[in-house]
Amino acid sequence: MKTLKYLLPVIAFVVLAGFFYKGLFLDPRTVPSPLIGKPAPQFQLQDLRQPEATFAQSDMLGRPAVLNVWATWCSGCRQEHPFLMQLARSSGVPLYGMNYRDERDKALDWLRRLGDPYERVAFDPDGMVSLDWGVYGSPETFLIDPAGTIVYKHLGPMTPGVWQEEFLPRIAQMQGARP
Amino acid sequence: MRRGLWLALAAAVVLASSPVFAEEGVLAMNPEDTFATPEQLVRYERLINEFRCVVCQNQSVAESNVDLARDLRRITRDMILEGKTDEEIKAFMTDRYGDFVLYDPPLKPITYLLWGAPVILLLVGAAVMVTVVGRRSHESGEEPDGMGENT
Repeated sequence: MKTLKYLLPVIAFVVLAGFFYKGLFLDPRTVPSPLIGKPAPQFQLQDLRQPEATFAQSDMLGRPAVLNVWATWCSGCRQEHPFLMQLARSSGVPLYGMNYRDERDKALDWLRRLGDPYERVAFDPDGMVSLDWGVYGSPETFLIDPAGTIVYKHLGPMTPGVWQEEFLPRIAQMQGARP
Repeated sequence: MRRGLWLALAAAVVLASSPVFAEEGVLAMNPEDTFATPEQLVRYERLINEFRCVVCQNQSVAESNVDLARDLRRITRDMILEGKTDEEIKAFMTDRYGDFVLYDPPLKPITYLLWGAPVILLLVGAAVMVTVVGRRSHESGEEPDGMGENT
């Protein structure tokens, strides 16, 4: 009984310290998306590069697709851009863009200067479609399966590590599952 | 010691009153907010204070000035004007951002511990108290051993 009295606070301390230690390495900015495993929200937006054309969510069906939400005012987007260029050259998976709360001229200028990694780019100047997709901080990158289900979402700049660990295995799974 | 207590009390008063100021600022941020009935305005104020701004965490949608919070305020207002219920508006938010947007998380298996913790801690405290007091009254007259030896 006596030992227990001294032991209990120590146990309580260790348990609490354990929680706090874990918490130190959690990123409070990554909010789990409720859209994972759900059909991607429908949209029909102007194409950034061809204003007369529409880019719809259904245009991404049939193949695994990566949708990158970006804007010219977002520093993380500039940071990830060289890697997106590399992905576009070598990944074999179509990379789509969604330009978010931005201006067309600035966005086009960005693509001219830094290179254009996207198959198609949807233009979402008022951010209303991005809102349906639960976008709250760009860059955000979604992985969508051929049936149009959101499989994964990465918040923050894309990196080779994230691509290798989170995207590639899931894409391989999709391609393996296809008859 | 006493001075420290007063300082803590003053801090508590300041903290407790600050959300009131924040609420007053809401309509100033959104001057176009107009509702048909005062009830709608009350619902609007209550809802936007219940939603967490996912961009600028630790601020509510009511307090935050980022574009997304402004849009969410506008959507809340529009949905109220369209006659949507509070549940429908909350579902709109959680469909997009998850339960994380609610300052008041719903009771479901994953939150049982969260909601149950106060009760559990209360029971633990009560158990400790009963043991300690019970033992002391048994040993009445004797010097209580262990407890209070630090003071």
